Order: sequence, then structure tokens, then C-alpha cells
Amino acid sequence: MPDPGGAPTPYIPNTDADRAAMLARLELTDLDTLFDELPLAHRDPAIALPEALAEADLIRLLRDRAAENGSGGRLSFLGAGAYRRAIPAVTGQLTSRSEFVTSYTPYQPEVSQGTLQAAFEYQSVVCELTGMDVSNTGMYDGASATAEACMLAARATRRSAVALLEPIDPRVADVVRTYAYGANIRVDTIPADADVAGALGDEHAALVAQQPDFLGGIRDLAPLTEAAHAAGALCVVAADPFALAMLRSPGDAGADIVTGEGRDLAGPPGLGGPSLGLFAAREPLLRQMPGRIVGRTRELHGPPGDDGTPGAPRTGYVLTLQAREQFIRRERATSNFSTGQSLIALAFTITVQALGPAGMRRSAERCYQAAHAAAARIDALDGYAVLDHGPWFQEFLVHAPLPPAALTRALAERGIEGGLDVSARAEPEARDASLFCVTEATHVRDVDALIAALIEIGATA
Amino acid sequence: MSTIDPLRDEDFGARLTFDRGAPGRFAVAVAGWDGPVVPEPPAGLLRETLALPELSQGELVRYYTALSRRNFGVDSGTYPLGSCTMKYNPKVDDLVAGLPGFAETHPLAPVEEIQGTLRLLHELQGYLAEITGLPFVSLAPAAGAQGELAGMLMVKRLLERRGELDRRRRVLVPDSAHGTNPATATMAGFAVTELPSGADGAIDPAVLERELDGTVAALMVTLPSTLGLWEPAIEEIAARVHRDGAFLYGDGANLNAILGRARFGDLGFDVVHLNLHKTFSTPHGGGGPGAGPVCCTAELADYLPAPVVVEAGDGSLDLVRPSDTIGRLQQFHGSAGVLIRAYAYIRSLGLAGLRATSANAVLNANYLRTLLEGHYALPYPRRVMHEVVFSGSRQRNPGDVRTYDIAKRLIDYGIHPPTVYFPLIVDEALMIEPTETESREAVEAFARAMIAIADEAARDPELLHGAPHNAPIGRLDEANAARRPELRWRPQSI
Amino acid sequence: MEFPAELRYTTEDEWLRVDDDVATIGITDFAQDQLGDVVYVEVPDVGRMLNTGEAFGVIESVKAVSDLFSPIAGEVIARNDALTDQPELVNSSPYGDGWMIRVRMSAPAEIDALLTADAYRSRLPAGG
Repeated sequence: MPDPGGAPTPYIPNTDADRAAMLARLELTDLDTLFDELPLAHRDPAIALPEALAEADLIRLLRDRAAENGSGGRLSFLGAGAYRRAIPAVTGQLTSRSEFVTSYTPYQPEVSQGTLQAAFEYQSVVCELTGMDVSNTGMYDGASATAEACMLAARATRRSAVALLEPIDPRVADVVRTYAYGANIRVDTIPADADVAGALGDEHAALVAQQPDFLGGIRDLAPLTEAAHAAGALCVVAADPFALAMLRSPGDAGADIVTGEGRDLAGPPGLGGPSLGLFAAREPLLRQMPGRIVGRTRELHGPPGDDGTPGAPRTGYVLTLQAREQFIRRERATSNFSTGQSLIALAFTITVQALGPAGMRRSAERCYQAAHAAAARIDALDGYAVLDHGPWFQEFLVHAPLPPAALTRALAERGIEGGLDVSARAEPEARDASLFCVTEATHVRDVDALIAALIEIGATA
Repeated sequence: MSTIDPLRDEDFGARLTFDRGAPGRFAVAVAGWDGPVVPEPPAGLLRETLALPELSQGELVRYYTALSRRNFGVDSGTYPLGSCTMKYNPKVDDLVAGLPGFAETHPLAPVEEIQGTLRLLHELQGYLAEITGLPFVSLAPAAGAQGELAGMLMVKRLLERRGELDRRRRVLVPDSAHGTNPATATMAGFAVTELPSGADGAIDPAVLERELDGTVAALMVTLPSTLGLWEPAIEEIAARVHRDGAFLYGDGANLNAILGRARFGDLGFDVVHLNLHKTFSTPHGGGGPGAGPVCCTAELADYLPAPVVVEAGDGSLDLVRPSDTIGRLQQFHGSAGVLIRAYAYIRSLGLAGLRATSANAVLNANYLRTLLEGHYALPYPRRVMHEVVFSGSRQRNPGDVRTYDIAKRLIDYGIHPPTVYFPLIVDEALMIEPTETESREAVEAFARAMIAIADEAARDPELLHGAPHNAPIGRLDEANAARRPELRWRPQSI
Repeated sequence: MEFPAELRYTTEDEWLRVDDDVATIGITDFAQDQLGDVVYVEVPDVGRMLNTGEAFGVIESVKAVSDLFSPIAGEVIARNDALTDQPELVNSSPYGDGWMIRVRMSAPAEIDALLTADAYRSRLPAGG
């Protein structure tokens, strides 16, 4: 495809003439000699890869692949850790600016103030939503942030177990177990109906609670943080930051570390990644925190004025408290964390700030009301019941006249995604139940379609 | 970075969004609820205040546009940040990753509804297996460091299954390694032993020999090394490590140097992680997102992180939990948006393009080496791979110019500084990786700037000590930032 | 660079000032210069018992971190809380206001094994 003698790919500028001049300077005759240190027996192996595609052909191929996905265009009532939100147009537009997109970790603050100041905005927003004193610049996702919180708690308390309070997302629990396997930390679970204080012992570094919980319920966090503290443990709350626009902040309720998944406020679900792990904590835990942290400071010297005398030093932002991190502390670092989710954190910040205080609250309330209205309509259908298990936010448990797996299939046949079959869970209220999700982004006509489908399915069950 | 900068004279950083706008302004209209209303939860469960900025849409856009202009990206100019592979990021890769059919899919959608993405991910697993020579792949890790953790946990699990974990508690890491390697070994529960590099910058087989005493779980090797050098004894090292019953872990951060030229599996590595945002050119995003797939031999395949994409006999694809998996690393399936970009990159280049990539990356680095040799100290004066590590030590006298000053002065020349003070074993290190996407002229322009700075260091050291002079902001007080941390906006902070 | 003759020194670049059975411990002028701007010092609580060679604290600069080792055994009887707000005292006054802890030695004879100022100076790189 490339012209003989020209550049080999659109991204490599050097032509044969360039290469010849450069090789001459190196006193080499051909490119392959650059690799003559590699063992001959294994040099230039046979590698089976498809031929290069021209840009238009590549786009066509990927469009075809995208079209194979049914999920994108369907009505969806799936939540369970990934929620469809109304994302402002400015979020994608601003986040696409290539100075943000094509830069890297801001090691050189003089040419990275955009990334750094935006990260400071992010930390400020996260602290406000969570009620915490300090935030890092974001981690991989909510689940791994929760796992890192457990590791921090174990370091800070010098204890070797953590307790996860059900109902918790099984995938989040899975990630905690993965990290705990590395650190040789035991992971216990506390059943939803258990006495939390009684279940915690002096071996527990942390109590982990999800807000809202995995089955949608809004927790009263204060008794949980009290129980954790009474046992000498930290209380980690894995919260949905969108719900926090309406709910009492975990910090206000006494939590020590708050984690959360920020992807939903950054853009569409994208099969669940790349994500954004919120991680915020109380100030005394600052030096134990994993991840990058940005701090505000001033110039060492102000800029010279027209007459050459220095002006007042200006405000700027830097990566700070880096002695915690792997590139300085190596095997004793608080985490191996390096490249994170900076661009997703930027998108999250812009969404929250575009909505503003009134818009965030209004959206969260709309989400709450829309979900409850939909639940009431389903509950009124013959053969269907919505479980009443205390206050909940955007997800609810539905009992249908047919088993959850059959309900999911029947809805899929009608172009509808969800609910999620949770019948294998231990909680009594989850037995034979499906978990449905309605958010502020769910149009009332989508709910009409769901109701019509449920009526039809119920009539034939 | 623009010369027309309405914010030039302002202390721009002093005023965050929180300090701008006015109460009652808003940037986007959101609908309230006009249907039937249920009571809100009890007041004790609700928030009373939410202090967020209130800006009109135009104000918000101008603020973040101004921020973007205070940033330097690969699209702004040469960005030779060693070990980070800051190559040009193809725009078509962003375009295809954003197709609604990919972007709008829910991670818990039935697999029948996400066959398009799964087919692509399955093919990507296959491409990475071909490229690394390690046939089993999980795309689950979110970034290189998480891929490292996955790899070391897989080694741990296999040792546990063999009943050897109690005695194999140590991981060997060369002193030239990225800090993530020792930090990862600790997270996986191992003790770290640092291996001093030989005088040639390579792993010293004699030093390795002394450590291999049956207590070692793995040796972690970055190939090529962070010095930009090939490990000449790598096959011998692999054989020796295996004879001891230990594993050879590969840090694939520098794969760009050997793309299509040599494969980790063929050389004897057991498990390796890749950094797709480096080698496969997905945008670095100001510090992520990345993706850090892990590739391994059959021996380790059962322990791969969940999920992996598997093709059934009928050609349908499924997300599968490996039989003895170390578990999940993220809540869902990995960073699909990044993986799609890497897939598009590989498909747009093909094998010939990937081989041209490594050849031109190595050519640019060596060309740069010859242009700067004689002007800066070169601690390892030999052929390099994708990057070259110089030292600023010669510039220290007489004017006490440090590598830090050289880096800051490069900013005035419109170039992003290279990685500095790493690897730790090089005094005043300047780690330069031009990548294949810089032209010969751009490499020469970089060299001219570096030579001019070496001249300035001799003639006018104060010019360098005060640099940068043309950046949006001058040198910042990092010590004060760490001594008295100010980490979030507060109403009284202006 | 200054190395007061009345102090004793360690190969870990710490100094000790001995008054009877009490030793005041800090880091040397050379050490603070190597570290650069000190940003954080973590010292143990009063009452803690230290063994010879035990790590008792941490000192951080912007780009580096080091452990602090106790060259002698004993009980911590005082710590310099001023370093919490002003870690830069270690840079500006390494032998004075930048002191870190005072230890009541359980074996004062351990002092005899430590370096004199001249012996310490002779171990430093040329020019130090």
C-alpha cells in the first residue's frame, strides 16, 4: 500500500531517503543491522497478523463489528454498577481537546498546568461529594479503589482481615479478594441481616459497606461507622457519586475512606471501561494513600515585569507527596499505582461542574422519582411485585410470574435489556428476584415499553 | 502555549471554577421530574448542602479551554519522555472507539448482545499472543502496573499449587527497573532483592547465580532495559532461572523496540505484561487510561485474571473465568475503550507496519545518540534500542547546571523534556525516547536544542537556572507544596 | 560543610549529642544536602523503646525518602514536634532546631563505637 521508498505508515514520517542518511551517519548499511544483538535463532519470527488496512477500510470493519453488538441500541434497565446517565455535551467536547488527550502524567508542571489544575478541580469535587478531607487523582475503577482502601486500612491498623457487608456487588468483592490474596489479608463477609458490631473483631482492619447497597437500598451509614470504630477498624464506604448529590455524605456519617465508580458521570458505559475509581480519605490517612495527588503552590519567583523586576509569584499546581509512590519508595510504596485514569477524571469533573449544585441535586432527585414511579407501575401489574425493603435509590427488586432467567430472555426477545437475575444471592429478598434500574436518563416512553412488554410476558406465563 | 493569551497576565491558577461564575448560573439544562412523586427518604439520610461551582456553559468552556492551552501534548510537539513511548496517537482509533455500537454497550448485557466487541477482543488476544509468543492472554488489567500485579499473583498461585510458596518468598529486580516492579512484588506478598547491574548496564549472570538458591519465586526483567539496552544474556538468564525452578517475568513497557523482531515467549519468558498506551499508541490522556494485558505460557493460563474471551465451537464468543483464576482486577471486563483503539492500531499497521515501527523507533534513538554524543556524557556508549540515556553530569561544572535545569530549558525551545533522574543508576539521567513518529528533522531539531543548551550551560548558567522563561508558569515551589499540603478548594483559599 | 567536633556520627549520616545518658539525634549537614528540601519527618512517640540499628522514623524530601536508624538502644524521651509544621528546620539547622529525638540510652558505652567528626568527614565523597 505505501509507495516504495516513501513513508511506511501514515504515522512514521521517515522515508527511504531519510533512513539512508541516518544509517550513513550510524555507519550502517541497512535497518535490520539495528537488531543484530537479538539472538539469531529468534530474530524476525513468523508472526500471523492480518494485512494492514487503509483508514476507510478500517472504519468500515469497525462499524461492522459495532453493528454486531445488539446492546447499544436497546432499551436498557440494567444497572448493577454501571448506570446510564445524561452526560452534558460539553463533557465530551472539552475532554477531546488534544492537549488533554495526548499528554501524559504531569512530571513537568510548567507545561502541564492544564492536567494538574483540572486534577485539583477533580480532588475538590470528590472531597465535596464524599465529605472527605483529601482525594487522590483517581484510580482504575471503583472496585480496585475499594481493594486499595482495604490494603490501606490493613497498613494503617496493622491488622490482617477485612469485612465486607452484604449486600455488596459480587464483582467488587471479587476484586477485593484478588488484592487481598497478594497482601495475605483475609476477606470475611457479614450477612445483610447480621449484627455488624458483633461480627467485627480485633483482627478486622476495615468494614466495607456499599452505598446504595448492591440491591439498591440506601444505607444509614452512621451506625456502621460507629460499629467499625468501636472495633478499632476503619469504615470504607463504596459509594455511587451520583447518588451522593442527594444522600448524606459518607464523611458526614463518619466514614474514614470513600471509594466510588466515576465512569457513569464521564460518558456512556462502554462495556464498563475505561473506568474511574474515586478514592478519598480523612486527612490523617493522607500519607498512607495510594495514587497520585496534586497540590497547590506558588512560583518560586514571580514573572519579570517590563522593567525586569520580578512580579508576585503566581499560583500553580504540582504532583505532591510523591515519597509515597513506587517511583521513589519502590518496594515500600503504598501501591504500585502509576498510570491511572486522568482523562476519565477530567470528564467526570466537567460533568459534575456543568450540572452544578442545583443540576446535580435535580438530576439525582429525578433519578429517584423516575425509578420509584416505574417501580410503582410494575408493582401494579398482575403477577408482578416490587419488593419493599426500606428506602432505595434507583434499583429495585421485581418478582415476576416467571423465573428471573426466563424473564430476562423474554424481555431480550422484545428488545429490552434487564433486569439482572439476582436469584442466586443469599439475601431472602433476592430469592426469585430480578434487579431493575431506572435512572434520570430513562425516558418515560422507555418505561411505557417495558410495562407493555411485562404485561405481554405476564399474560403468557 | 499560544502567543495570543488573554489570560497571560492573570494569576490564572488562583481562581478555580469554584471562584468563578455566580450563584444561579448553570451550564446545562436538566429536566426535573414531572410525574407522580413519592416522599424522599428520611432527612437523616439526605444531604443538606452541596458546594459546587455555578458557571454558565460559556464560562465553563472557556475555563477548560484555557486549561487545555496550559498543557503540552504529543499533538503540541516533540515529547521524548523516555520509557513512556509518547508516539503520535492516530485519530481514527479515537473515532472507531467512540462508535455508539461500542460505547453504548452495558457490561452486564447478555453476551449475545455484545458479540461485536467480544469478537474484536478475542482477535486482539490472538494478536498479542502472536506478537509476544505467549499464547494465553487476559485483557483485564487496567494499566501496566495492574498487569504486573496480575502476572506476579499468577506466579504466586502456581507456586502455591506446587507447594513451593513457603520457601520461594523472594523476587529479584534489577536496580535499573521501574519502581512499579519492586512495588508490585511487595503487593503480591514477596520480598524484593535488588540486583545491581553490571558495568555494561546489563544483568550480571554472576550476580544472578549467587541469588538463585531455591528461595526465588521470579526474576522481573524489563526488555529492552530502562537504559534502552538489549540484555545480551537473556536466553542464558531464562535457562538459569528455570533451572532453579523460578519464573521469568517480563515487563513489556519497552516492547516498541522489538515489535515484530523478537518475542518474549521465544526468549524464555513465562509471563509478560504490555502497556497498550505505549506500544499500541492509545492516547495517554494526561496520565491514563491505559491498558495492561498479561500474556503467559500454558503452565500459567489457568490463573489468568478474569475474564478472558473464549470462542465456542459454533463461533460464538463468551466471557469466561479461568479455572483457577487469581480473580478479577476490575469490576467489569477491562478497558474496552482502550482495547478497541489498540486493535485498530494493529489492524491499520499489520505486521509490516509494526516492524517498520520498531525499526524507525530504534533508528531515531540511535541517530539521536550519534547527534548528541560528545555534547553530553553517555554512560553506556553502545548501540541502543528505542531510547538512549545520557547524563547531564558534564554540565555540572563550572556553573552547577543540573539535568533539572536542562529539562526546564528545553521547554523554552518548545520541546517537552525527556524523563529525568531515571533510571536511578545513572547520575543526572536524561532518558530520551524519540519514538518512530518523529521525523528526521524533528530528531535533528531536538538535538540542536540540546546542543544549544549545553552551550548555554557553559556560557550562561543563570539562563538555565531560571528556565523556563516562556512557559505559562515558572518553576513551582514543590517543597512548600509537600510541607503544607493544600489539596482541595476551600472557600478561604484565595 | 560543617561537622561539629563535639558530636558523634554514624555511617547512616546521623549525629548524636551526648549529655550523660541522654543522646540527641539528628541528621548531618551532608545528609540534608543530599536529600534536598526536606518536606516531612516522621519520628516515634515518646516512650518507645528502640533497639540498636532499629528504624525509628522516616525523612522525606520532594524526590527521596530515607529511613532513620537508631545507632543506640534506649527509650525515646523527647521528640521534636516543631518538625511537623516546619520540616525545613532540618535543612536550615541540622545540628540545632532540626534535631529529631532524644533517647535515654540503655547502654551508653555504645557511643564509643560511633565515628568522630574527622572519621565521618573522611568517609564522605571528595568535596563533601
